[in-house]
Amino acid sequence: MTQYILRRIGYMILTLFIIATVTFFLMKLMPGSPLKAEDKLTEEQKQIVLESYGLNDPVPVQYVRFLGNLVQGDLGISYNFDNTPVTEILVERLGPSMQLGLYAVLIGTFFGIILGLIAAIFHNGFWDYTSTIIAVLGTSIPSFVFAGLLQYIFAVELGWLPVALWGEPKHMVLPIIALAIGPMATAARFVRTEMIEVKGSNYIITAKAKGLSKSERVWKHGLRNALIPLVTVMGPMIISLMTGSMVIEKIFAIPGIGEQFVTSVMVNDYPTIMGTTLIYAFGFIVILLIIDLLYGLIDPRIRVTGGSK
Amino acid sequence: MSKLLEVKDLRISFNTYGGEVQAVRGVSFDLNKGETLAIVGESGSGKSVSTSAVMGLLPKSNTVVKSGEILYKGKDILKLSEKEMEKIRGKEISMVFQDPMSSLNPTMKVGNQIAEGLIKHQGLNKAQAKEKAIELLAKVGIPNPELRVNQYPHQFSGGMRQRVVIAIALACNPEIIIADEPTTALDVTIQAQILELMKEMQKETGSSIIFITHDLGVVANVADRVAVMYAGKIVEVGTVDDIFYNPKHPYTWGLLGSMPTLDDDESEELYTIPGTPPDLTNPPKGDAFAPRNKYALEIDTLYEPPMFKVSDTHYAATWLLHENAPKIEVPEAIKKRIESFAAKQGGNE
Repeated sequence: MTQYILRRIGYMILTLFIIATVTFFLMKLMPGSPLKAEDKLTEEQKQIVLESYGLNDPVPVQYVRFLGNLVQGDLGISYNFDNTPVTEILVERLGPSMQLGLYAVLIGTFFGIILGLIAAIFHNGFWDYTSTIIAVLGTSIPSFVFAGLLQYIFAVELGWLPVALWGEPKHMVLPIIALAIGPMATAARFVRTEMIEVKGSNYIITAKAKGLSKSERVWKHGLRNALIPLVTVMGPMIISLMTGSMVIEKIFAIPGIGEQFVTSVMVNDYPTIMGTTLIYAFGFIVILLIIDLLYGLIDPRIRVTGGSK
Repeated sequence: MSKLLEVKDLRISFNTYGGEVQAVRGVSFDLNKGETLAIVGESGSGKSVSTSAVMGLLPKSNTVVKSGEILYKGKDILKLSEKEMEKIRGKEISMVFQDPMSSLNPTMKVGNQIAEGLIKHQGLNKAQAKEKAIELLAKVGIPNPELRVNQYPHQFSGGMRQRVVIAIALACNPEIIIADEPTTALDVTIQAQILELMKEMQKETGSSIIFITHDLGVVANVADRVAVMYAGKIVEVGTVDDIFYNPKHPYTWGLLGSMPTLDDDESEELYTIPGTPPDLTNPPKGDAFAPRNKYALEIDTLYEPPMFKVSDTHYAATWLLHENAPKIEVPEAIKKRIESFAAKQGGNE
């Protein structure tokens, strides 16, 4: 097991290196420069600035320098915020993003599972159709539409919650709901389909023949088997959540990584773009690893060698 | 002998998009304490449906029990509530299923799957139930039961899984075990082992067994009595000797004739019953077997034959047994078959 995790960490480092390389060159292909037109600098001043950032060096030289710094954990200085190290910006902004993402995933999957189970238990009944409609709406409408709607209804019209900003718990409600609807819908759809299939499976009939009641059959035998495929879709689900969070953070003016990422791309703040990308990639890879380990925990058939007690 | 289970005129239909399928059309049989009753018939003859009804396992959404009674120890279990049925399932009547590959929960340790029933019906605690599960695994012939009890189904072979399924069925010492084609999904060598195990277990526990199969070879091996089903009805019922040495129904003749044996003349083609079973959404008038029966009489197309008594143990539903019917001898080929059974039986003893 330890060996397996170590090997996975090795692959993680390799993946991060590839992502860093690709992003670096893509970024260099982007039009424009960190210097804004409104800065009103003379050509000479511009050259001095570019020189001081090392941007006049050939791209391969810049790349090697970037990698060298990266290995030492130095992501450079932001071009946009005066002399602030990128690491500092990221550390500051990681908190809100992680809070938002974590709550959205947990709340989304939790309610998704409940919704899916209700649909499966009352298969072809009123609750099934209701939850299917919710699920279809949730998967097909992007989170920023919900964000706007929620802001309009609960903040502007009813005035119950703040429109935007971050800090107090009341600020978190709307963005978390907006972000959680997607994962909720996905989870509901998967749990419903799986649970309906599991309900008709032979081992559930065996359980019934043992004299177990309906709720014992659903909870003790059905649920675990129905959740296995959900774990598989958790990966893609979290990716869409991460990308969704960029827009949501922007809409709700949440000082998170996603908001920073969008802003940095707009102003060609190269070191910050690299930093945020790497943080995203890192988070993503770690989540995939966790999901793989979780998979083995739920399904004994694919437990990694040596994993059984 | 006391009657443990009596099924009386059971009629069951399924509502499907194609209309009402009359899967079971007036089935009556009884089961005595300690005996093995085999129910034989081809696919769709209603054998599994009748026994699933005994367990209350038919899907509620589209099943209609049209009429009939299932008396278990004198009580009609068709009238019991779901809660009351839960107390009978697994405890009084249990079931061994056809496909051991899918009838165990893949994500639960086999020990827990055996223990569940014990905890529910006998009020054992977890540790006691696990002890008992280990005992049961040993009993059904699984080596290293202390280790195996903590393993998952995928760590067992098909035959071993079927042993686990049998252990689950045996767990609470049920009065009746319904075995629904328990050997069909297994290799031939494993089949013999499982049959042997079931016979042994029956000797030990004194349970009654209803053995559903389409394999007459299996029947000869395990059963005391045999009921032959065709198109949702029992067409002949009797002791094993009655059915194998003195079959009366042309369908039973067909089944016996189409059974391959080792001493068959290879140049001879294996006998098959011509035609296909009738569509039970629209069952034929008269005897359902008539269109496939070369001995069919005119009356077969008009009226359903009643059960004629052959002996105290032996009944068959064919007009050929009516006193006015032409005397038809058992076909030559079937006679030869019967002789070879008798010879083999003699050789075995």
